[in-house]
Amino acid sequence: MTSISILIMTACMTGTRSACINAATLALADAGIPMRDIVTSCSAGYLCSTPLLDLNYIEDSAGGADVTVGILAKMDKVTLLQMDAKLPMDTFETVMDLATEGCKAIATYIREVLLENTKQLECQRG
Amino acid sequence: RGHGTTDQDGEVVATLCGVVERVNKLVYVRTLRARYKPEVGDIIVGRVIEIAPKRWRLEINFSQDAVLMLSSMNLPDGIQRRRTAVDELNMRSIFEENDVVCAEVRGFQHDGSLHLQARSQKYGKLQRGQLLTVPAYLVKRRKLHFHHLEQYDVDLILGCNGFIWVGEHVVVREIADLKEDEQKLSAEAETFTPIETRRHICRLANAARLLSALGFTLTVELIIQTAEASVSSNVEINDMLGAEFYVQTAEGEAKRRGDLLGKKR
Repeated sequence: MTSISILIMTACMTGTRSACINAATLALADAGIPMRDIVTSCSAGYLCSTPLLDLNYIEDSAGGADVTVGILAKMDKVTLLQMDAKLPMDTFETVMDLATEGCKAIATYIREVLLENTKQLECQRG
Repeated sequence: RGHGTTDQDGEVVATLCGVVERVNKLVYVRTLRARYKPEVGDIIVGRVIEIAPKRWRLEINFSQDAVLMLSSMNLPDGIQRRRTAVDELNMRSIFEENDVVCAEVRGFQHDGSLHLQARSQKYGKLQRGQLLTVPAYLVKRRKLHFHHLEQYDVDLILGCNGFIWVGEHVVVREIADLKEDEQKLSAEAETFTPIETRRHICRLANAARLLSALGFTLTVELIIQTAEASVSSNVEINDMLGAEFYVQTAEGEAKRRGDLLGKKR
């Protein structure tokens, strides 16, 4: 059995968890490793009674809730669900839905980029 | 429903990022930048990383190391006999660590690693040359992987695993001549490669590097063409990897492909 090790170096302090997961997915897909689906991740929060998508460092350290969601895009299954701070149940549902939408948007974008890259490589190859 | 696809709720979904190929009713996905995928009979260039009992372990561009057994290798004196313990102790005199070796894939072992053989005179240790690494998908499987470029006196070996050897031409000697040539061997070891050959080697190696960076499939004709183009444009060998020659090569290739398309119509 072979093992696959993934090393990620982050350059910035915001949204690192989600960025790492998305980067790892992209790298695995590009390397030609078979995967059942694309895993994407996004974070959302709740500040001043508004749900916010993709918090940056300032919004994250403001003390509000931070929900990180990782899903399998097409199969609609949740692989990662983390939360800091407390949230009442219904707000949690809105925030989680928002994060899931963000994940799906990223997944579509990743797919487009992969397709375009593959087309270009194939075209170059002749 | 072939390689790289899976069945999800009755729909065929791809599990790999690549190009979809259809052969009659078989649908499969072919990846581009994946690791080298070996098949029996491939010609491979590899580097020795370890000497184990009765075998050498070679590094090729694969997820596991390939194994070259002592019994799959021709002995230096050419006699076909059983390998004794003395042969085992002399393994180091045939190949050492970090030697570049050319061999053929004989099959797969039970754990998935490769089994190699080097029984013919054209396989074996490669000396006096350069080893290049290119992405494995740029080397297609052809009938001929050993190329002897006469006008440069250079050997070009396109390994299917993406390792390319460009080196001084080695005369393939018959086994009967070996005893007479033993004296010549020691004399040859002292003569150096002439500088013109070395220049040609460097030029061809740079041409191969350039083509692999541009993403073109590597064929001997293309490499020779690029090298000749660099000579005719008076580009210095070390300038070949610079931006200008890149652009020139890309334009030449684009023109060539446009001509091909025009001919097809």
